[in-house]
Amino acid sequence: MKYLHLVIANLRRHTLRTILTIASVALALFLFASLRTVLTTLHTNSQFGGARRLVSTNATGIVFVLPVSYANRIKSLRGVQSVSWANWFGGKYGENSRDFFAQFAVDPESYLGMYPEIELPPDQKEAFIRERTSAIIGKRLVDRYGWKLGQDVTIKGTIFPGDWTFTIRGIYTPTNPAIGDDVLLFHHAYLDERIGRPGIAGWFIVEIEDENNAGAIAKGIDDQFRNSSAATKTGTEQAFQASFATMLGNVSFLMGIIGTAVVFAILLVTANAMMMSARERTAEVAVMKTIGFSNRTLFGLVLAEAGFIALVGSALGLGFAKLLYPVVNFNGFGFLPGFNVTTMTMAWGALLAILLMLASGLVPAVRAARLPIVQALRRVE
Amino acid sequence: MALVEIRDVYKSFQRDTQRIDVFTGLTLDMEAGSFTALMGPSGSGKSTLLNLVAGLDKPTSGVVRVGGVEVSAMSPGQLAGWRASNIGFVFQSFNLLPVLTAYQNVELPLLLTNLSGRDRDERVKIALDVVGLSDRADHYPRQLSGGQEQRTAIARAIVADPTLILLDEPTGQLDAKSSQEVLTLLQRLNNEFNKTIIIVTHDAHAAERAKSTLHLEKGDLIEKRHMASAR
Amino acid sequence: MIPIVYNARSMMQRPVSTTFTAVGIALVVAVFIGMLALGQGLRAALARTGSDRNVIVLRKGADSELSSGIGRENARLIAASPHVAAAAGGGALLSPEVYVLIPLPRPSDSTAVANVVVRGVSDQAWSVRSNLQVIAGNRLQSGRSEVCVGRKLLGRFAHLEIGATLRFGGRDWNVVCHFSAGGSAFESEIWVENEQVMPVFRGDVFQSVTFRLKDPAAFEDAKRALEADPRLGVDVQRESVFYAGQIGILGIMLRALAIAITTIMAVGAIFGAVNTMYAAVASRTSEIAVLLTVGFRPWQVLLSFLAESALIALVGAVLGALLALPVNGIVTSTTNWSSFSEIAFSFRITPFLMLIGIAFGVVMGVVGGFFPAWQAARLRVVQALR
Repeated sequence: MKYLHLVIANLRRHTLRTILTIASVALALFLFASLRTVLTTLHTNSQFGGARRLVSTNATGIVFVLPVSYANRIKSLRGVQSVSWANWFGGKYGENSRDFFAQFAVDPESYLGMYPEIELPPDQKEAFIRERTSAIIGKRLVDRYGWKLGQDVTIKGTIFPGDWTFTIRGIYTPTNPAIGDDVLLFHHAYLDERIGRPGIAGWFIVEIEDENNAGAIAKGIDDQFRNSSAATKTGTEQAFQASFATMLGNVSFLMGIIGTAVVFAILLVTANAMMMSARERTAEVAVMKTIGFSNRTLFGLVLAEAGFIALVGSALGLGFAKLLYPVVNFNGFGFLPGFNVTTMTMAWGALLAILLMLASGLVPAVRAARLPIVQALRRVE
Repeated sequence: MALVEIRDVYKSFQRDTQRIDVFTGLTLDMEAGSFTALMGPSGSGKSTLLNLVAGLDKPTSGVVRVGGVEVSAMSPGQLAGWRASNIGFVFQSFNLLPVLTAYQNVELPLLLTNLSGRDRDERVKIALDVVGLSDRADHYPRQLSGGQEQRTAIARAIVADPTLILLDEPTGQLDAKSSQEVLTLLQRLNNEFNKTIIIVTHDAHAAERAKSTLHLEKGDLIEKRHMASAR
Repeated sequence: MIPIVYNARSMMQRPVSTTFTAVGIALVVAVFIGMLALGQGLRAALARTGSDRNVIVLRKGADSELSSGIGRENARLIAASPHVAAAAGGGALLSPEVYVLIPLPRPSDSTAVANVVVRGVSDQAWSVRSNLQVIAGNRLQSGRSEVCVGRKLLGRFAHLEIGATLRFGGRDWNVVCHFSAGGSAFESEIWVENEQVMPVFRGDVFQSVTFRLKDPAAFEDAKRALEADPRLGVDVQRESVFYAGQIGILGIMLRALAIAITTIMAVGAIFGAVNTMYAAVASRTSEIAVLLTVGFRPWQVLLSFLAESALIALVGAVLGALLALPVNGIVTSTTNWSSFSEIAFSFRITPFLMLIGIAFGVVMGVVGGFFPAWQAARLRVVQALR
């Protein structure tokens, strides 16, 4: 509108101050968006789970194994479509503990059949299934280590000691970020062969025909093995995922506290800048009123100034957060795959910006509106 | 009916615990088209009188009427709007907004009207032309001399074509040459454009350029002297 | 030198501005100290867990107790080593231990489960490991299904009171005592007699063997001897080094988080300080002109404004340190991904940490105030006095 140039001109009065204040707002909103995204990512990933997939673990604890022979008995239950199994391998690559990525020993055909989310070209899939000492890796491992198809990779076993060498026959892309694009999968049969006590599974994945039967079938499986040497605990894959999220403890609380402190600190910076500007302009406000600008107009002008800073700052901060993370492919050391600022977070950020504008601009705006002209002028003359 | 009618006005201020009486029953008329100088020692109330006429301040009691409108009875909101169309005010220390160009400063009062961008542009250009600063329209106040700043302020005061132009010590911060420029301009505004002008000053030379002079001392008019001046 | 009183009074002239800046810095310092305290707490819990005088033996290649396995025979071989200190009542000061994780439901949310460490210990464990003390109840008796619960687990899970029955591994266990361990990771564990727990879980195998060095200086010899033995196939580390290393990726993550968050907040706070000081300088140009006219040198003016900025920051930083203080001692828990186990630890604020936080705050103030102070020093008197 026609007053816009007044608002801009006032902001340019102390360009450095305006820039610094906008930058502070941007920083705060960037931090806010990032912290909130940690929470939303954890939540989204904890919701992941094929509706028709169940996970069976040893009831005593997830670090204990189950006999692979259970697979046939589970498969024979009514409503079960297919069964697969996997083991956590937990090996080390390189000396740096930062080089951490998951490795699983799986039964290739049944596992890949159950996880269409693990996408790879059919010829690579074939090659993997055919070759016992091969492995498939996620895209991110290619970026990180420069591994290529056909290359040999050696992992140092920790739970299963020794040096384990695999030939890379496939590179997969996850269609759901919760799967993680930094996993190495190899043949369970190879594990069996080398460790000398074959037939141990870390957990079973059970694909059922009808998702509504999940509860009943889970109970059925647990009933089967209740009195066996290794009892099972079966639940939906989603419940299994969710339990991992709780492992991180008080994360949400911590993030919330930090987020609040940040927003508050920035509010102070912005409000401070606005008030300093307002104080220096008492004379001019008086002149504007003399010319005939109403209290309401002046109120609006000051608020518009605060609004401009809040708007530009938040757009920069939120926008940067939204763009940065996909570009650098951030996944929180592997714990936060699919890290992406959601629209909801952006909306909350925008709301914050508005509150910021009001909180920092309100007092100076009211002061400007209420400024008694004559006293202000007398101070000038 | 005089353009400005001041009837039995009392005005006092409260400074801490002291009450200062500026006017005690002042009555005064100023005709349309007049060019009046208000003189008097400091504390005599000249600036206060100007503020009362402009609607910037209210009398403690009494009536101030400008152009038939009872200014002393209007609310601050109404006064703002009234000032925008009826008053042009010029301060001693120019009070241009340093962040705006001369053009933009002059345009300010017009933003309060419903005029289109083009109409506003026309009037600003005219005003700048009248004060002789068309070539300085895009300069910032810090790029103008004192006299030029004051002339810009005058342009701002006349751009909305107000009935009354009020000036508070307009030459106080100017050198001799600039003062002359400003005063000549004021005379022209009064003679050619028939603007009513009230100028508060303690400069006798400035007062000479006015058509009449009022002396205030302790809130009282002590004499009216008519000066013969060239029309 | 320009008296500091001038700066102190000038700060008071703009109380709102000064306060806002100080509080901004206070918040940054508080968060900074809080995050350091979190990392420090975790590190301390792990560090205290191990002693320099002890050695922990794991299977070769294992990176945590969880992935290790040492058979009975090998444990006997290690016990026979000359490097092992002798116990008071005869025998070796050596503790072979079982290490497993059991799921315990969190009382607040039954679907949420934490993996808690159950350590199968021998009688010697209480002497070998450091700082152990039974704080309630009676010590574990051999041959019984009894457990002793670490202090940090109390109140966070159900069925852990003395006399309660805890069910895991398909059996019922009686809680007979609680123990403390000097704030170390052991306090997040449940201890059982190792012979009791072996048949329940992994069979006839220990996860680790820990012993006291007869001569702490002879660690290298002990290490070489044991690792060279072809029958054993083990890795040997000082207990202190091992547990410090267990912080693994969690430590890296916490550190990265702390650095990222603190940097961003600090930049924001510095911007605030810059704004405030520029405004302060701008409003005091005539004062600065007077100071220069009187005879103070520009560098003294620079120092003066820097001092003012630092003073505001100091006030804010101290406030922030005090603000962070209540967090000290609060117990929180997370999963240590190296061992996949739940570890509880307290926030730990040390005087040193507070000092670092305060120093950080002052640095922020000085950095923020530098350019404005520079500008003040470069003021041209004639222009200012016009």
